[in-house]
Amino acid sequence: MDPESTRLRDLALSDTGFVFDPLTGHTFTVNLTGQLALRCLKDGLSPEATARRLTEEFESDKNTDPVRDVQDFVLQLRDCGLLE
Amino acid sequence: MDRVDVTVAVTGMNATDNPAPGVPVARALRHEPSFKGRIIGLGYDALDPGFYAEGLVDGGAILPYPSAGREALRDRLRWIRQELGTDVLVPNLDSELRALIALAPELERAGTRTFLPSLDSLERSSKTHLPRLAAHADLDIPPSEALLTADGISDAAKKFGLPLVVKGVYYGAVVVHTEAEGVAAFHRFAAQWGVPVIVQQYVPGEEYNVAALGDGKGNLAGAVAMRKMMLTDKGKGWCGVAIDNPELIRICEAVVGVLRWRGPLEVEILRGTKTGEYFVIEINPRFPAWIHLSAGAGLNLPYYAVRLALGLPLPSPIPHYRAGTLFVRIAIDQITDLSTFEQLAATGVLRSEQRAFAGKVSHA
Repeated sequence: MDPESTRLRDLALSDTGFVFDPLTGHTFTVNLTGQLALRCLKDGLSPEATARRLTEEFESDKNTDPVRDVQDFVLQLRDCGLLE
Repeated sequence: MDRVDVTVAVTGMNATDNPAPGVPVARALRHEPSFKGRIIGLGYDALDPGFYAEGLVDGGAILPYPSAGREALRDRLRWIRQELGTDVLVPNLDSELRALIALAPELERAGTRTFLPSLDSLERSSKTHLPRLAAHADLDIPPSEALLTADGISDAAKKFGLPLVVKGVYYGAVVVHTEAEGVAAFHRFAAQWGVPVIVQQYVPGEEYNVAALGDGKGNLAGAVAMRKMMLTDKGKGWCGVAIDNPELIRICEAVVGVLRWRGPLEVEILRGTKTGEYFVIEINPRFPAWIHLSAGAGLNLPYYAVRLALGLPLPSPIPHYRAGTLFVRIAIDQITDLSTFEQLAATGVLRSEQRAFAGKVSHA
């Protein structure tokens, strides 16, 4: 398993959207779509597969690009130090 | 684990907004179901708050200040042993260690056991020797120098750049942004703690702390890593969370290994923001004030220290602690009867039969 997957796998994510990073002690909150996206990424799904899951679970605007949204989310995870 | 039924004396009963570790060490012992013994609090002031914490100590005594000398401390500990029957002594203040390490064999012959590092290990863990230790253990520390005069501040600023971190030889650290601030900090620390004063390159990053116990043979007997989540205006952790970071434990293991550390310690580690590198910034030769967290997280290091002092085995393998366990400190007003203060102030000793907490006192 690559270090990034390990890093995400180790995150504690509760049903309330509370995230605890046991490596650094930092905590975060994510909304409902963020929760699902994070669960998918923790399970090792690609951004594309994660985007498909999101569109299955949530209504989306025709003008949005779910894959791009997931990629933005991954960038946010990186900014938060949750990905190397 | 098999029960431990002995009397443990714990120093450092002061518990203000810059608390000593004595109260949390005692609380950790109380936390352990197999600890059935008595706890004697030792402090330097009759108003040390730990003496008044209900259910914490079974008795207490006032110690002479370190400036009174080793003989005074030895006489006092001998008296305490006779009067209160201490089987194990857990010192929790840096200022006590040198004298107690020197007195340890004598204390043991008299029936009071300790579990302390050697004087050599203690010396090598000090701020002034940290660069040498880091090189020996292949650990990173921020570039630093020990200065005997304030003249060196200017050179250090040129060499390391500003801001700089200026540290007292025993206590305190401040970030200075100009040479003038550096010179002022030098004089302040030199006046308070003497020389050398340590100047260190400022590394922006996040601080982590590891409380640990060395077995004296180069092995870790247990370690708990923590990140402070809130600081007081003195920079002391007011709450924090146990974390699971193998690199922090590895660094602590290296420190304990190279020093063959025997007893409690805390390793302060900085993770640089830019590179993610870990730097050892300080080694404290005792448990930290947040040590009760170790018991709460499932790895009761103070209890393990007592067991090691008694020559008792530890669980094998050492259990994992629960990352995500928090401590949140609180300031409370303890209500007590004047008699507790009276005993400590007038006689310097508090016996269990003399404890009088509010609500249990009947007045004539």
